[in-house]
Amino acid sequence: MNQLGGRFATRTVMLLAAAGVLLPLLVIVLTSLQPPGTLTTGLSWPSHPNWHNYRDAWSAAGFSKLMRASGLVAAGVVPFGLVFATLAGYAFGIMDFRFKPLIFTVLMSGLAVPYEAIVIPLYYDLKNAGLANTYFAVILPLVGAFMPFGAFWMRNHFAGVPAALTEAARIDGASSWTILWRILLPSARPAIATLAVLYFMWTWNQFLLVLIMIQDPAHQTAPLGLALFVGQYTTNLPLLSAGTVIVIAPVVIVYVLFQRQFTVGLTQGALKE
Amino acid sequence: MASDVARPAPPARRARGRSSQRRSRVAYLYLALPLAFYSVFMLLPWIQTIFLSFYHWDGIGARQPAGIQNYLAVLQNPQLRTAIQHSFELMIFFCVLPVLIALAMTGLITGPRRPRWHLIRAILFVPQILPPVAIGVMWQWMYAPDGFINQALKWVGLGGVARPWLASFTWAFYAVGVVGVWVTTGLCLAFFASGAQKVPMELYEAAEIDGGGRFRQFLSVTLPHLRGEIVIAATVTAISALSAFDIVYVMTGGGPGTTSIVPGVLVYQLGFTTFQVGRASALAVVLSLLVLVIISVFRLVGRERA
Repeated sequence: MNQLGGRFATRTVMLLAAAGVLLPLLVIVLTSLQPPGTLTTGLSWPSHPNWHNYRDAWSAAGFSKLMRASGLVAAGVVPFGLVFATLAGYAFGIMDFRFKPLIFTVLMSGLAVPYEAIVIPLYYDLKNAGLANTYFAVILPLVGAFMPFGAFWMRNHFAGVPAALTEAARIDGASSWTILWRILLPSARPAIATLAVLYFMWTWNQFLLVLIMIQDPAHQTAPLGLALFVGQYTTNLPLLSAGTVIVIAPVVIVYVLFQRQFTVGLTQGALKE
Repeated sequence: MASDVARPAPPARRARGRSSQRRSRVAYLYLALPLAFYSVFMLLPWIQTIFLSFYHWDGIGARQPAGIQNYLAVLQNPQLRTAIQHSFELMIFFCVLPVLIALAMTGLITGPRRPRWHLIRAILFVPQILPPVAIGVMWQWMYAPDGFINQALKWVGLGGVARPWLASFTWAFYAVGVVGVWVTTGLCLAFFASGAQKVPMELYEAAEIDGGGRFRQFLSVTLPHLRGEIVIAATVTAISALSAFDIVYVMTGGGPGTTSIVPGVLVYQLGFTTFQVGRASALAVVLSLLVLVIISVFRLVGRERA
């Protein structure tokens, strides 16, 4: 009886929690299918789904441009971020060098610096460099800001590779580059893939940096476009809801495909500190 | 490493000295670009923020030395003090409650012969990956006068309680707080559930034989094994409370009045709308000091009990 009661309580709690998490998402999807001009955002089933809200939202908010900007920024941040994280992780995980603990500590201290603590000078620096309102004003700082986590993540991976493997290659006369390229990288693919997924999400979701660095609407990214869209069209809620779903969709798709990478990355990345 | 110990003869040691110098150079080559990016776009701006915090500056004209006036403002100015105070209160919603709720759920789902609830855990994790701006927008409408919250209150006959939550001087802050619980509980559960998987099942079986019920099993077996995970989850979520920006900016903008203002939003307002750059920088420095304090204190607590 006790066992049964416990099982029932567990099921109730878990299902209620999941329902609570999904509720705002359900509300927004349902609202996005209501007739245009609907003014409520409660839970109600649309009599017949108005899919054209999506097409209207897409053109009204200029999502073609916004998505392209977001895509370009991600295409800049993710590959460069991954390469640099791999290089740094290789050095920290496999090599011995002078001042290694000091350099590592300085790099890791970046994990404790919130974006708020760097954006003001960053804005003036990049403006003086003529980079304000360009994708570079977001790409370059993000590559720098992701370095601590990425180097840490890749270092943990490389440090876990049996030393005998790299030692043997070194004795055979392999250069450090050959060791990285031929021996370490093939088995590092899963670690790099996880990092790629996290980098993509962090880049796609980034708001504060874009808000400050890119004031020119022609270069803004999807989350920023959404915030402006919501400010402009306050009355057409189905349209705004459709816009929100459009901005959410890419990360949700990536999450559904790589769910384990997200949970493992975000928990292991923090746990090994 | 092992090979170094294996040949302690002096000539080998000299050779090692030379080769280690060479290897240092190689390592620096690999580190050059990563460290350059980190230094230019993270370290340098951070130092500049500290520098700017000792000046009065409107972003255009000449800088006037301010001594510690900007820091005094953080301590004395009601708006700035409120923001700092709110960031601590937000920790209850972003950190304390999610950790407690996730621990309770972990207690329910761990132990021998229990389902792992993979799908539900994956669903609870979803808020972690959504764009915070979209989260802000969604919840703004949940709390809207015609939104779901008020609708649900009317369904259960509490229509009298319904109100425009985010326009309320009393409730706006708590409304934001609830979103914090919604966002971080799934992350905490992910930490705890993966930690609980490492607990040997025999321990539960032993506890069962000793006649310990579920709650006892949780207290005596699961909880002690989760010490590390609790410290990390608390650290990560406390930092997210301190540096909260997007969600608050979109949902309330810190208002009404300053009733839901947080340091992140205030740094943005002072830095980029009222152009009190020195003051904004001082607040940002205090914010990062608070993050460092949280990390050190939590780490110390974790170590002490270990």
